[in-house]
Amino acid sequence: MTVAVVTGLGVTSPNGLGVDNFWSAARGGANAIAEIERFDASGYPAKLAGEVRGFVADEHLPSRLIPQTDRMTQLALVAADWALDDAGVRPEQWPEFDMGVVTASSSGGFEFGQGELKNLWSKGGQYVSAYQSFAWFYAVNTGQISIRHGMRGAGSVVVSGQSGGLDAIAHARRQVRKGAGLVVSGGMDGSICPWGWVAQLGSGMVSSATDENRAYLPFDLRAAGHVPAEGGAMLIVEDAQRARARGARVYGVIAGYGSTFDPKPGAGREPGLRRAIEIALADAGMEAADIDVVFADGAAIPELDSVEAAAIRDVFGAAGVPVTAPKTMTGRLCSGAAPLDVAAALLAIRDGVIPPTVNVVPADGYDLDLVTTTARNATIDAALVLARGYGGFNSAMVVCRSAD
Amino acid sequence: MTTGEITIDDLRATLRQAAGQDEATDLDGDIFDVTFADLGYDSLALLETAARIERERGIRLADSTIVEAQTPRALLAAINAQLVLA
Repeated sequence: MTVAVVTGLGVTSPNGLGVDNFWSAARGGANAIAEIERFDASGYPAKLAGEVRGFVADEHLPSRLIPQTDRMTQLALVAADWALDDAGVRPEQWPEFDMGVVTASSSGGFEFGQGELKNLWSKGGQYVSAYQSFAWFYAVNTGQISIRHGMRGAGSVVVSGQSGGLDAIAHARRQVRKGAGLVVSGGMDGSICPWGWVAQLGSGMVSSATDENRAYLPFDLRAAGHVPAEGGAMLIVEDAQRARARGARVYGVIAGYGSTFDPKPGAGREPGLRRAIEIALADAGMEAADIDVVFADGAAIPELDSVEAAAIRDVFGAAGVPVTAPKTMTGRLCSGAAPLDVAAALLAIRDGVIPPTVNVVPADGYDLDLVTTTARNATIDAALVLARGYGGFNSAMVVCRSAD
Repeated sequence: MTTGEITIDDLRATLRQAAGQDEATDLDGDIFDVTFADLGYDSLALLETAARIERERGIRLADSTIVEAQTPRALLAAINAQLVLA
């Protein structure tokens, strides 16, 4: 079967704009969680977020695109530009129907939508931007990337919360197997605005801590929710043979994927995460022993941490594989989180280093070999990335070193 | 509210605010008879531009009028015709 490889990365993360800045911050354990600057959060029960700072859209995008785009779309467009550049791809040289776009989204353009709702209620309908018609929409990042680069092949958006980030990359692999030459894939979210904030608080899973080093502590006895964040990553997914033929540098292979949905609450049946891991391993043709590191979902809700630790233990044995959650440095990026973890996993394979889970003191009962405090050097040929979406989505993806 | 006839410079300024400017076009050149499509503006850009002019001038333009005006000259004529009536 066609092998799908990743040949380019574009990152806009709270702890770094661009792959190099992000990776050096992640390896160094730099915490980017801080008090919200994008709006006055003093009246809200949660005041910390992982914000992408220092991003000025005008410096990267043409002025035609600025009035019609939410911040998360601006981030997505720039990350896609960087990923294409990183892959050495000049889209104008490719047949337009040979290129597709598959992104994940969990909220759409909330900040743009908030502004237009405010115009509607305070001034009237004639003050609502014509661009509201699509700027808020889940599929808008896919559409804007497609239009900007003339990518007229398969285009879709996957909306399944945080797990959508993996589901989108898996769908990109599916498109490559169907014959697409190249797919821009990943996820980007950003709704650090009052409307988006209230929506996230409604989950009941957001940490109300005020100390940025104690706010997001998955697998720790002090775990009490997560810190929301914005940003994400875009990847260039290509057919391995064609990538090789054009002399592309290959970060790694998208080797396996599995997704499941949890049973109804109270059904008394096992949650679906373990099965998602096993499906992904089987899809990759690998055994548990082939996996050198797990990038955990890291919900930081005790019950969910317990489910994840049990799934990892059941598959790999007690402390049977190094586990890390670098998102402790950024907060949870919704649909952008897993693509960022996939990028980190590919860089971990390249450099032989596992970025740390900062600030966390792992609880004994979980029996995880959690990489805490500082990065760990290790030879990594294959990594497993886990992501769970609100409401019961579970996804698992195996990425590995390319054979050649 | 702004009054008086709308000029090509007013239109240029509103286009830039509403929809930005295509890097490949010279919006400050002689654009009276260049189509909006050639200037890099699609129908949504024109609807957003027209909405701003309507708000500033207190007039209403039919969506069909806006979309059918293919050049700045045609759009200015349609707007100024409304302004005379207003």
